[in-house]
Order: sequence, then C-alpha cells, then structure tokens
Amino acid sequence: MLLAVLSGFFVALGLPLIIKVFKGPNTLWVSLFPLSLFIYFISKLPAIKDGETLSSSWAWVPSLGIGLDFYLDGLSLLFTLLITGIGTLVFVYTSSYLKGHIYLDRFYAYLSLFMASMLGLVLADNIITLFIFWELTSISSFFLIGFNNDNEASRKSALTALSITGLGGFFLLTGMVTLGYVAQEYQISALATLSEEIQANALYPLILVMVFVAAFTKSAQFPFHFWLPGAMKAPTPVSTYLHSATMVKAGIYLLARFTPILGNHEWWNGPLIIVGSITMVYAAIHAIFRLDLKAILAYSTISALGILVFLIGLGTDEALLAAGVFILVHALYKATLFLVTGIIDHETGTRDVSKLSGLNKVMLPVGIAAILAAISNAGIPASFGFIGKDLIYEATLHLGNMGYVLTGLAVITNVCLLFAGFLAGIKPFIGPLPPAFSKLHLPPATMWVPPLILASLGMVFGLFPMVVDTALIKPIVSSMTLGTPTFELKIWHGFNIVLLLSLLTIGSGIALYFILKPSEVLFAKATRFEKLSPESAVNQFAKGFVSFSSKWTNFFQNGYLRYYLITILSFLSLLLGYRLFYGVEIYVDTSTLSDITLYEAVIVLIMAAAIFFTVFSKSRLTAVASMGVVGYCFCLIFLFYSAPDLAMTQFSIDTLTVILFVLVLYNLPKYLTLSDTRDRIRDGLLSLIFGALISILTLEVMNETVTKDITSYYAENAYILGKGKNVVNVILVDFRGFDTMVEITVLAIAALGVFSLLKLRLKSIEKE
Amino acid sequence: MEILLVILIGLLYAAGIYMILRRSLVKLIIGLILLGNGANMLIFLLGKIVKGKPPIIEATGKALEGLYADPIPQALILTAIVISFGLQAFAIILVKRAYKVIKTDDLDEMNATDEDL
Amino acid sequence: MKTLIFKTASNYLLPLLLLFAVFILLRGHYLPGGGFVGGLIASIAFVIHSFANGLETTRKIIKFHPGFLMPVGLTIALVAGAAPWLFGMPFMTGLWMDEPIPVIGLVGSALFFDTGVFLVVIGVTLTIIFTISEGL
Repeated sequence: MLLAVLSGFFVALGLPLIIKVFKGPNTLWVSLFPLSLFIYFISKLPAIKDGETLSSSWAWVPSLGIGLDFYLDGLSLLFTLLITGIGTLVFVYTSSYLKGHIYLDRFYAYLSLFMASMLGLVLADNIITLFIFWELTSISSFFLIGFNNDNEASRKSALTALSITGLGGFFLLTGMVTLGYVAQEYQISALATLSEEIQANALYPLILVMVFVAAFTKSAQFPFHFWLPGAMKAPTPVSTYLHSATMVKAGIYLLARFTPILGNHEWWNGPLIIVGSITMVYAAIHAIFRLDLKAILAYSTISALGILVFLIGLGTDEALLAAGVFILVHALYKATLFLVTGIIDHETGTRDVSKLSGLNKVMLPVGIAAILAAISNAGIPASFGFIGKDLIYEATLHLGNMGYVLTGLAVITNVCLLFAGFLAGIKPFIGPLPPAFSKLHLPPATMWVPPLILASLGMVFGLFPMVVDTALIKPIVSSMTLGTPTFELKIWHGFNIVLLLSLLTIGSGIALYFILKPSEVLFAKATRFEKLSPESAVNQFAKGFVSFSSKWTNFFQNGYLRYYLITILSFLSLLLGYRLFYGVEIYVDTSTLSDITLYEAVIVLIMAAAIFFTVFSKSRLTAVASMGVVGYCFCLIFLFYSAPDLAMTQFSIDTLTVILFVLVLYNLPKYLTLSDTRDRIRDGLLSLIFGALISILTLEVMNETVTKDITSYYAENAYILGKGKNVVNVILVDFRGFDTMVEITVLAIAALGVFSLLKLRLKSIEKE
Repeated sequence: MEILLVILIGLLYAAGIYMILRRSLVKLIIGLILLGNGANMLIFLLGKIVKGKPPIIEATGKALEGLYADPIPQALILTAIVISFGLQAFAIILVKRAYKVIKTDDLDEMNATDEDL
Repeated sequence: MKTLIFKTASNYLLPLLLLFAVFILLRGHYLPGGGFVGGLIASIAFVIHSFANGLETTRKIIKFHPGFLMPVGLTIALVAGAAPWLFGMPFMTGLWMDEPIPVIGLVGSALFFDTGVFLVVIGVTLTIIFTISEGL
C-alpha cells in the first residue's frame, strides 16, 4: 500500500524524462500506471467487503508521532477507486485532448503527483500525514489549474485556488495539532474510540471550527466557493479530475472520516446542515443562469458538494448512506459531463450553451454518454441517480417537522440541478445542427470512450444496485457509523411520498427546461448580483491590501541605500543605547587584561591613523593603500595574539584585495565628495554613536563568562580523532569539514559571477 | 591591550558605517571591508586573547594543555576572511560593470530601473 | 613594473613560491598553514609572475584556464568527504593510513580534502584576477 501511494511521486519525477526519451505522438501507454493502481485497489474489494480493513505503516518522524500510516476501509476504498478509476480514464482522454502539446510530459507528471497526493490523503491514518497530503493536493492542483501559464486569467485563478485551499490547510493543521494534543493520539483509526473524551474537552469547538474551515475551503462551500468556477480555466481533463471527482471531494472525505470522531454532536450537525443547505441552493440557482458549459457544471458541482455536506451534517444512518451513494453517483455523471464538455470545446471551439445544438448528428456516441449522464443526474427512474435522489429525500423526510423545510430545499436544489444537467448534457445534442458545425466529425475513440464508460456505469449501477450494494456502499457506511448497516439498495420502493417527490422534481425540472431558455439577458441580470458575492468582497479586500502595501512600501523603500541604513542603524542605536543606559552597569575588570607593550600601542596608533586616512583621503589610491595598512596591522595583531594561521591568511588576502582594487580602480571616475557638509555631519555623528555603542557592548560582553565546552572538546580530540596538531586546521578540514566544503563552493560561485559579469560585458560591447 | 582593541573596534565600525553611507560605490565597498575587519576583530577579542600560545598541539603532546588561544574564533575568522575576499571581488566587479554601463558610481543616480537607462 | 630585475626575480620566485605553497598545504595539519593559505600563496606567486612578464606568459605557463581548478578541487574535496561511505561510515568521517609516508607524514582523507580546498582557492583567485586584468 505504501508503494502504491508513493509510486505516483516517483512516476511524477521520472515521467517527463521517460516521455522525452520515447518521443512518440501517442502517450496512451502512460495510462497503464493509473490502471495498474486501479487493479491493485479493486483486488482489495473482496477483503473490504467481508468487513476487513488493511493497514500498513512506516515510521517517518517517530519522535513527533508522525508516520506514513495507511489504512484502507470502505470509505477510503470508494475514494481510491474513484481516484484511480477516473484517473485512468482521464489519462486516456488526455492523450488525445492534449495531443502534441509541448508540455504534455509535464502535465502527466502533475497529474501523477496529484493522484499520488490524493491517494495518500484518503488512505492516511495519521492526522499529520493527512495534513501533509492535503497540502500536496493543493499544491499539485495549483500547477494543474495554472497549466496554461501564459494566460493571465489562468494564473490568477490558480493563485486564488491556492490561497483559498492553502488557507484551509493552515486551519486543518491547527485543527489536527489541537486534536492530537487533546486526544494524545494521532492515529485516525484509534481516535474513534476516544470520541467521547474529545467531545467533552473544552477545545472541541476550536477543533470543529478548524476542521470545518478546512473542509469548506477545499470542497468549495459557501462562502469559500468562488475559487471553483475560477479553477475552470484549467484544461478540461483537470476540471474533470480535480473539480468533479476527486479534489473537491477531499473536504467531504475529511468530514466523513471525522464523523465517527467528532460527529453526533449538535455543534457538528448544525453548522454542516446550515452551510450545506445554503451552498446547495445558492449554487444551484446560480447554475441555471450560466451560459458557459463549464460554469454551469462548476456551479452544479458546488451545489452537489453542498448536498453532501448537508447529508453528512444530518448524520443519521440514512443520510450517511445517501451521502455514500451520492458521492459515487455524482462522480460518475459529473465526470462524464465534464469530459463531454471538453470534447465539445475541443471540436466546436465554443462552450456557449446558447450556440450549441444538434451535435448528435455528428458525434452520436458522445451524445449518448451525455444524455445518459443527464438522466442519471436528473434521477429518472432506472438510473443510479434515481436511487441517490430517493435516499436523499428519505433521509430528509425522516427528520420530523424540520425535515419538511429541508426536504423543500432539497427539492428546489434538485430541480435546478436537473435543469443544469439537461442544459449541459442534452441541449447541445438535440435540435437542428447549425451549419457551422456540419463539418465536424467524431473525435478519436480515446476521447469518447471514457465518458461513455462512466455514463454506462451510472446506468448499470441503477439497474442492478446489488452490484455495488454489499461491495461498496455498505462498507462505506459502516466506516462512518462504526456499526453494521441494515438496509439494501433497491430500485423500487413502492408507491410512497419519496417517489412522489422524485416525480415532482423530474416534472418541474423538465418544465423549467422548456420555459427557461439560456440567454445573454438572463446571464447579465444574474451577474448584476456579483457585487454582493463573497468573491468580490475578497477581491476588494485584496485590492485594498495591495494599495496599502504599495503606499507602505513607497514610504520605506525610497530607493536610497543610505536612508535604509540610517533607518536601521538609528533604530538599532536607540534600542541598544536605551538598554545600555538603563539597567546595564559597565565595569571593566582590569586584572584580567593583558599589558600594553610599546609596539602594540604603536601598531594600534598606526591603525587609527590609517583608518582616518582611509575615510578622509581625497585620493582613491591613498584610501586603498591606507586600507591595506589597516589589514597588515591586523596581521601583526593576529601574530602577537597566537593566531599564526590568521596572520598568514590575512596577509595574503590583504595583498590580493589591494591588487584587485588597484587593477579595477584604475579607470573609475574621479573620487569625489558627493554629499554636502550637512549630510556628512549627520552621517559622522550616527557612525560615531554606533561605533561607541559597539565598543561599550564589546566591553560588556567581555565580562560575561563564556562556556568553553566546545573549545575544550576540540582541544582534547583534535589529535585523537582528527590526527592533526594544528587545531584550527583540524576544525576546518575535519570537525567542520562540511562548512568548509560549502564555503569553497560559495567561493567558486563568486568567481563564476565575476567571470560572467566581465565576459558578458565584453560580449555586449562586441555586439555594438 | 583589550581596551585599546575595543576602541579600535569602535573606530572600525564608525569608519565603516560612515563610508557605506557615502554616495560613491567605491567608498561603499571600502566601508564594507572596514566593517568586516571590525567584525573579525570583535570575534577575535571575544574568544579571549592570549599571547604566544597558538592552538597547536606540541610535538610530543596529545592535546592542548594549559593556557591556549581559542581555536574556534580563529577558524571562524579564517573562513570569514576568505569568504569576504570572494564578496569583495564580486562587489568590486559589480562597481566596475555598473560604471561601464551607466557611467557613474554615484548611488543616487542608480535608483532607476533598467528601462530608464 | 616590467623592470629587468623584477622580471628575472619573478622567474625564480614562481617555482619557489609554489613549492612553499605546497609545503604550507602539507604541513597544515600539524603547524600553521593549510589549504586556504597555501592556495592564496600559490595564487600570489602567479600574480607576481603575471605582473612581471605579462598575463599571456603566465597563461602559457599554466596551460589551461585556472577556472578548471574549481570543479577539480570541489570534486576532490567531495570525494574525500564521500570516501568513508565505501567503508560504511558517515559522510566526512576521517580516514587515516596506518603508517606515515616519509616527508609528507601521515596521510588521511583530511589531506585530500585540504588539497581540494587548495585547488579551489587557486582557481577562484586566479579566475578573478585574470578576468579583471583582461578586462582592462
């Protein structure tokens, strides 16, 4: 299992290379990778069906309780099958959709990276590992959404998606750390037994808020939903994979996974029901006014996610069952519709639903897939969607008085969703074929087969629900409720109120479809409300923040180096000065100091004079020479005070520096005094103050007793361990050899920099 | 002697800072070098200076014994000296190249972006 | 600066200084010296020579661009650091021969590492100075 999860990362690394080597027009073979993972996971199906769970673990950071622990139960199995199954189809689809794209290799690498992260997320059994994979999905989806990186809108929506989901990631981390702290347990499978203690803890509400924000941002719940329509700038395979079937369901997965741990509490149920129902109604109504096929699908996806959050919020066994079924139903029909939209876009060049019709005549198999998906979406009897919708109504109806309101909301949502599904799945294919499209032909099989498979599965599961009943659905519910479920999926429940509601939904949806024609006018009316949406609030905030930042920056970043320095130094001087004058007593223990011999005093005097000349000389050569004198005096001081190595090095370096200066300064401009007297006095004062502070500070530090543990360690072991007698050299080449290694690398880089700076100059002059 | 060195450090810092506050790029580099020297001296002084006892194990000995100069600041300074040489060389070349391109070494004339050149 | 005395002297100084540089490098582990200082001294030797005889003459003596010494030195240092891996020890563990070699003394991986440093320093210094002299 560990290998299955991690293989995606290796594949992502190696794939660009492999594709470059096997430069062929056909990249269909890449799909073998997700396919093999799909087969691997489906082979686990019988075991899970019998109520077993599989786990594997590998210690990663044991000291922090973090391990690559993976755990496969009903819930994660459903997700792994969706991820790898739809993943395979998306890989196949991509091989035609992006055929010949120059960055196709990169695209596959991102897809594999994403798939691996997603697998890790749904299989993780450690809450910190869960967080890490959660973040990895955010990051890899950033690359996928921004895949067309030469398009500004695409970059912007990638950034929006990353900021929103990344924000959620922070919340998740906080939530998980708090949870781990409260429960003293990081294993998800073990946390469920501690659920009562966690819910009694005072930090429980905090954990809830954190988990909610994380899930809502990832699964595009109101008011964080707006990144999802924006993310539709991504290539269609990405929209299909991330934004219908997998990534947006990560939030749902999180909620479902934590239902046995945090759920069954009014603080858990209430907010989920409220947010879920707002989202489902809000987005469903939005969906019916869109013209862009992808926008319609995006909003209907948000609405479907709202339904799922809502169902998890209800928390009854029936609702959880409905959620489990609906995840599968939705993934199947929505992925189909996205893939179909991709084909339409690819072939006709437009996604405007008001311009599309009659495509059945030129691409029948695509049309069949789309219509089947629309049927499943509509919940027309005999489709899998019908079962899903039935279960939703059943779950809401059994809630007593409040249930009627919620059922009403569910009906409204479903009517709008049905309309949206018809718009996306049926409208483009029926009616007269516009002459502009008459020359179109069927795309390659790799493009139309994947949606057809998904759509047919929706029908097969609908007609024969027993196929998925015990194998998939029951284990899901039992992993959410920790009990053994006692129901059966059926097509026919007899004549009852649920059936009536279903028929009502279908009837009014179809009626709506005939009444409401998509048009620019309606779209314009709907967009007028955009100003009030959370998206524009966030945009306004971002704009305000940017303008504030630019004002702030312009004030401080004025482009004059010395003003920066003056600001920093004045602040530092004030801080240091304050501390030194209040609260620190300065005394010097003269007994420990060494004597001043005559020649030392002379050297210090020479240095002082040399410094003076360096600063105030009017001639550049004098300044450089004086600086050299300062360096040579340093040499002597090092020599007096037992540092022969330093003396030698300083001597050589000083010589080289002066040579360098002389070589370069030969033809530089006149050495002028550029600043006026007032500036010089100001700078001089500041420098003197700072210099004095440094002196005082040095005196102060000298009085501190320094622990010499490291020194004595080196002194004792230099010969024993390093076999050397020059301790300084042993430190450089042995004890701290790694530092020296890096240091010479830095030196080499500096030399390369010098070389390229001058060679570049020569070349540019040659060009002229 | 320490007192003298402390004063010297203050002097080096003051001179270095004064120089980097000048408008000329050449003075800026000289200032950086002076500052670097000051910092080296500071580290050297804080390791407690000792006369005539280099951190070298005697030919017959196995470890440093008695009073000896601290090898750690020395190793640090040695590294710092060599690295600062690389830095200086790079900075000097930058000045030279900047002067070639924009014909000035006045920092105040350099705060325009490259489009304005 | 191309006086006759300087020119003649520099011709003798170059091998002497180089020898001295190697000497400083080798004794570095026991007495003051080491790769850094040795490399710097060797560079100064070449720089003096180039001042006296012109850059081209010095170039001819070195035969290849000093820049190549940088990767060579880095590789030697890295190999010296990585050699302990062969013996199942961590990176940068000191390895030593049992018996000292005459003149050079006890040889260990640290000496090779220091030689790497020595070469990089020569490469860096000469690349910088030669490049600048050329640019004039």
